[in-house]
Amino acid sequence: MDEHRPRVLAAATPYLLVLPAAAYLAVFVVYPMAQAIRLGAADPHTGGWTLEHVRRMASDLYFWPAVRYTLWITALAVPLQVVLALSMALLVNTRFPGHTVFLYVCAIPLAVSDLAAGLIWLSLFTERGYLNAALVQWGVLRSPFNFLSHEHPAWLVGAIVTTEVWRATAIVMVVLVAGLQLLPRDYAETAAVFGASWWQTLRHVLLPLLRPSLQTALIIRTVLAFQLFATVVTLSGRLVPVLAGETYFWYTLYRNPHVASAYATLVLLLSALFVWGYLRTLRPEGEGT
Amino acid sequence: MTLRKLGLYAAALLLSAWVLVPILLIALAATTPREDLYRWPRPLWPERLSLEVLSSFARQEAVLRALGNSLAVAGLTIVLATLVSAPAGYALSRYRFRGREAVQLGILATKMFPATALAVPLAVAFIRWGLYDTLFGVALVHTALSLPFVILIVASVFRGVPAELEEAAMSLGASRVGAFLRVTLPMALPGLAAAAIFTFILSWNEVFAATLLTVNHRTLPALLVHSVVAEGAPLHYRYAGGLFLVLPALVIIFVIRRYLLTLWGVTVR
Repeated sequence: MDEHRPRVLAAATPYLLVLPAAAYLAVFVVYPMAQAIRLGAADPHTGGWTLEHVRRMASDLYFWPAVRYTLWITALAVPLQVVLALSMALLVNTRFPGHTVFLYVCAIPLAVSDLAAGLIWLSLFTERGYLNAALVQWGVLRSPFNFLSHEHPAWLVGAIVTTEVWRATAIVMVVLVAGLQLLPRDYAETAAVFGASWWQTLRHVLLPLLRPSLQTALIIRTVLAFQLFATVVTLSGRLVPVLAGETYFWYTLYRNPHVASAYATLVLLLSALFVWGYLRTLRPEGEGT
Repeated sequence: MTLRKLGLYAAALLLSAWVLVPILLIALAATTPREDLYRWPRPLWPERLSLEVLSSFARQEAVLRALGNSLAVAGLTIVLATLVSAPAGYALSRYRFRGREAVQLGILATKMFPATALAVPLAVAFIRWGLYDTLFGVALVHTALSLPFVILIVASVFRGVPAELEEAAMSLGASRVGAFLRVTLPMALPGLAAAAIFTFILSWNEVFAATLLTVNHRTLPALLVHSVVAEGAPLHYRYAGGLFLVLPALVIIFVIRRYLLTLWGVTVR
């Protein structure tokens, strides 16, 4: 193809094309990642390694609640998102008239930020919000119930989980719809011919085939769930502390980049751990790698 | 059979309502007159709607400036992300080269990388580099966050343009660069525009890094987080802010609704 060019240059072309992106990611992703670990574990005066920042983080009043709440919210929201997204994807897959509009409606939250989602659901959950207005009008409640108060942490977590499920189900659905489209339709039809019920077809034919898509969706959602910030802050302030929220408070409120970095590193390690765990457990049987 | 169909439609309606009703409610909340918003018992449907809350929100100088900042950051991010990722995407779509798997693995790894962990060390570094609290600094971070996704989108766009056309142009005497500029690029433009729109939404919606990296030059999400968390902004301000954040995203996603699945589908593969 490139006879008129020196061969070395032609061979180097793809590397030259990839170089800007690689350099950019090295400066703005790899370097800060190393820097986060260094800031979290180095003495600002002597420059030597120290566990002081980590100790300060771990002994903080908000630390264990932040770890607990982050894991709880993730554990509650992610399965709900997968179930809801799977129902949406299966409905789209039936190709009923109007399924394209339905798909578009379900995809709308893709464009809604966590902050906007928090503010949207605040209008429902706040004391004089739509939920209380409806419950009082329909006679379920006599007076408005404060869903977002420190006296009812379960309701607070419920509100946050609801908001997260509403916002992030869309991306899971996109993964699953794309996965379902790749499956040959005759698999399900064959199962039906042999007398399998809808449920059996789903359980024994579709779900196993969807495994790679489910794996992708689970990884994406779990990693993003550890970054949970704006929804929690808008709905609860600091009443429900989470890891990303503590990173923010330690940096902007206490002006301590070291403890903030310790939190950031913890988020990083947790994400890496879960990605690794998912890749191991969801790996199809019989494959070596 | 009809019962099954009825069930299908009922489920679809229910799920659609679950997605749509909250959006309608924030629009309703932001257009309810202030005194009705705080009245109790609160009527489910307000007696009258007004643009008073929205217009007084939009007339605040801080809001206008934040809006301008958000747009500027998103514009810068689109330019930077396109410039840096287009060559890489092209390389992935056209060349088989040693280390290709490593590049793809690198993209995957950065995609999984939490923005939360990046923001603090970058803020510290930006103070040293003189980029802290600048729109350019925020755009640099947004570019880093969008890069893996944009590379994947761009690669799939170029894959959609047959390499044979490029080769035909070259066999007729065009150089490799000329063939790219006159054949591939025009055909890839709609796809690249879609990638730009994806980048816009990502930057417009990004909260955490923008919040940590700015003080005087806040983007709209950063301004809203600050006024909600640090200043305890009143409810009507929050509702107006929420609607302001959602509306542009809704318009855009409606415009590109036919490409939604492809666009986001590519980025999660």
